[in-house]
Amino acid sequence: MARPIHIVHDKAETLPPPMMSVGVARWLKDNLFSSLSNVVLTVLVLYVLWLLVPPLLDWALFDAVWTAASRQECWDTSDGACWAVVITRFDQFVYGDYPVSERWRPNLAFVLLFVALAPILFDRMPGRRTLLLFSAVYPVIAVILLIGGLGLEEVETARFGGFLLTIVIGITGISASLPLGILLALGRQSDLFIIRILCVGFIEFIRGVPLITLLFVASTLLNYFMPPGTSFNLLVRVLIMVTLFSAAYIAEVIRGGLQAMPAGQYEAAKSLGLPYWKTMRLIILPQALKISIPGIVNSFIALYKDTTLVIIIGLLDPLGIGKATLSDTTWQGLSTEVYIFVAIFFFLCCFGMSRYSAWLERKLHTGH
Amino acid sequence: MTAQDESVTDEVVIEITSMNKWFGEFHVLKDINLTVYRGERIVICGPSGSGKSTMIRCINRLEKHQRGRVVVDGIELTDNLKKLDQVRREVGMVFQHFNLFPHLTVLENCTLAPIWVRRMPKAEAEETAMRYLERVRIPEQAGKYPGQLSGGQQQRVAIARSLCMEPRVMLFDEPTSALDPEMIKEVLEVMVDLAESGMTMLCVTHEMGFARQVANRVIFMDEGQIVEQAPPLEFFQNPKSDRTRLFLSQILHSQE
Repeated sequence: MARPIHIVHDKAETLPPPMMSVGVARWLKDNLFSSLSNVVLTVLVLYVLWLLVPPLLDWALFDAVWTAASRQECWDTSDGACWAVVITRFDQFVYGDYPVSERWRPNLAFVLLFVALAPILFDRMPGRRTLLLFSAVYPVIAVILLIGGLGLEEVETARFGGFLLTIVIGITGISASLPLGILLALGRQSDLFIIRILCVGFIEFIRGVPLITLLFVASTLLNYFMPPGTSFNLLVRVLIMVTLFSAAYIAEVIRGGLQAMPAGQYEAAKSLGLPYWKTMRLIILPQALKISIPGIVNSFIALYKDTTLVIIIGLLDPLGIGKATLSDTTWQGLSTEVYIFVAIFFFLCCFGMSRYSAWLERKLHTGH
Repeated sequence: MTAQDESVTDEVVIEITSMNKWFGEFHVLKDINLTVYRGERIVICGPSGSGKSTMIRCINRLEKHQRGRVVVDGIELTDNLKKLDQVRREVGMVFQHFNLFPHLTVLENCTLAPIWVRRMPKAEAEETAMRYLERVRIPEQAGKYPGQLSGGQQQRVAIARSLCMEPRVMLFDEPTSALDPEMIKEVLEVMVDLAESGMTMLCVTHEMGFARQVANRVIFMDEGQIVEQAPPLEFFQNPKSDRTRLFLSQILHSQE
């Protein structure tokens, strides 16, 4: 039996989606109340939050003591957190032992840091080219401001401490280890045997040794290799070690990105007559680095937090200041407050990096 | 036929003499001899694995030959990178998988090499790029990224990108093999247009209709050898070798 032929003459109408499939109602239903077990879990979680959050807020904010001369005074006033310790020692947490009269210098360097970073981080900003020139000279400006010279009084780097020290080591380490890591990754892929062996050897050696060991080498051994009489600034030695350490990891992350590049990209670049360095700079690295962003930022965050290890060679990073504060009899026993404060500082910095990388990934997405 | 042949000159552009190549132990190209004159449009066909892609990739040294000589535009291909880049500037190549740069827009794909290799000012490079994008009938896509285009559009952009360097020779390595059937035509039309403008072209393809329409020489390769070369009419109607006849019967059967 022949089937009737069916022909549609009118185009189908486009309709709006049903009520429950969009908006807040939809979100609640999908995420919190999609099944009986999820309803139970949601209610349970809400109950636990109700148990935990109010006391926490009471302790941290509503019952907290903000000004006091000692821990005893805090404890006499309230059961809440004694933020007085952090507030009293705040300047030390920020600057370490940096001379009080000169503290405008790190402040200015800090503000200028953002001016220097902006054109690097945001490629669409107006006046970027001029600002990039400033970024290029910023390291010199920062060194002069922090250490002295050109009429500014000299400040020994041993007096750097607290967040100032963390930021100096973190930013220097990050900005020096990225280019170095790129070169190491390219070197590891090089056709030239000597270069490849040197890069592989360096990367494997550094990755095989704990950072603490390198820092010890920096603080003690390195001077033995120097000609007698030269003294080599401890902070500079630490910066070099942190940079080398991070560069080895970043090199491996970038190598992963490089290996993900299809051979066709190299071939297309070659067939257009682009020489090696231009191919790398214009074609391969922009794509390989884009793939590597999560790994690179991961390394940066690890480096930033590893700066706290300098405490073991006697530099006073925020944790060092915290330890010193807690050994002061006036403030003994307030470790919770001190460590929460330091943790918040690190969290804000690392979370900022993480958000920036997420934004960068979205921006660089070109649709496939 | 005669109309097409008028554009062929007696100036030699590519001269390949006794070229041999091995992949490890495997002898891919066996004693290849080929002379290409300016204005020639050569179609290279043959079964897969016959070495046809490898042969044209030796012309811009994406593959290195191990014995024999390859001379392009008077320059012999050796490990001299400077001379090699000089050759590559004059030899455009279109790939089976397009190989566009996915992080750059269509326009940037086209202006990159003129700006960085030919040191052309940006405005001039963009003007040239738009002219070629119009020629491949895709100027409205200039601001898009390759990932947003169809396969046929991407391949036309790839052709425009090569043309922007204003090369003296164009190599096509199976330009339509990765395309959906409905997109093959738009790419072939662009290639026919290019052939009619007098461009020297070497094209590895199985599109025998294209060979008939524009080629003035068809080369058949098998097992790393050039087995037969002839003008298309003769090649299709009166193939000399058994291997060619076998190949043609297979390929024409599947195409018609």
